[in-house]
Amino acid sequence: MLNKQPGMTLIVKTITRLTVGLILIYGIYIVLQGHISPGGGFAGGVIIALSLIHLILAFGREAVFKKMNEMRGLVLIGGGALVFLFLITLGFLGIGFAQTGSRSMLFNAGIMPLCDIAIALTVASGLFIMFLVLIGLASKEKKT
Amino acid sequence: MELHLILLFMIFAAIVAVEAKDLLSSLIGLSAAGLGLSLAFLILKAPSLAITQLVVEILCVIILIHATINKDLPFIKDGRWLFNTISTLLFIGFFLTLAFLALKELPVFGSPIMGISKDYIALGEEKTGAANLVSAITLGFRSYDVLAEITVLLTAVIGVLAISRRIGKIDAK
Repeated sequence: MLNKQPGMTLIVKTITRLTVGLILIYGIYIVLQGHISPGGGFAGGVIIALSLIHLILAFGREAVFKKMNEMRGLVLIGGGALVFLFLITLGFLGIGFAQTGSRSMLFNAGIMPLCDIAIALTVASGLFIMFLVLIGLASKEKKT
Repeated sequence: MELHLILLFMIFAAIVAVEAKDLLSSLIGLSAAGLGLSLAFLILKAPSLAITQLVVEILCVIILIHATINKDLPFIKDGRWLFNTISTLLFIGFFLTLAFLALKELPVFGSPIMGISKDYIALGEEKTGAANLVSAITLGFRSYDVLAEITVLLTAVIGVLAISRRIGKIDAK
């Protein structure tokens, strides 16, 4: 909007290209290991949102809007919250939790990893949309 | 001992954040206070909370820097400074008195009463199957709290979208 060239300089773009995948994978790791080690849906979701924000700050919004835009984020927020509501109401039926393996396995604690994934979806897309709206980047069709 | 040093550092950073003349300095003070809070959580043996605090602090600092980097809002200094100072001092005294009265009733720090939480610690891993006890409590025993948090986040996002929407979207087309 302000600059002709979207994004930052070449140095920032190169380093971003190297690091943003690692940040995203680390966020997914924090989400999936939430029932084994410290972490969980909230922290991992914020890290995933930070990787997307990192991309926006370095490359400009056009490069990110191809993969993730406001509408898709709204769908993900609603979907994550609905999935979490469904998983929580499973507790009334008494089929919530079961120890299916050793304590350090990934698919162990019943619905707990699925809950973490749903929370991470909601938190990541929610914070991403909040960033877009608060910074003022979301108005893409307004400025002609 | 380290906890007290970190708390002193946080108090100093908070004073800097309040008293700094321009917005960027006070933002740096705010983020230093947040970093101290994260370290304090680590020392108090709460690593999950420390991770969340650190990550959310980074996001907030990015948003605040992006929002305030081009503006330098002037501080209003003149005016009713006598009334402001006296009312502030009165409010601080009132608050400190009430806080002192309330803090006397609390249990001693670090040794809570441990009513129902004793059962959580004893039965958490057995009942839910999660090795991380924090997740066993937040997603197992207290899942409805997390459901309410998700609802609060959803409401916050919808509120932000509704507030910052352009007025006259219908008229524009």
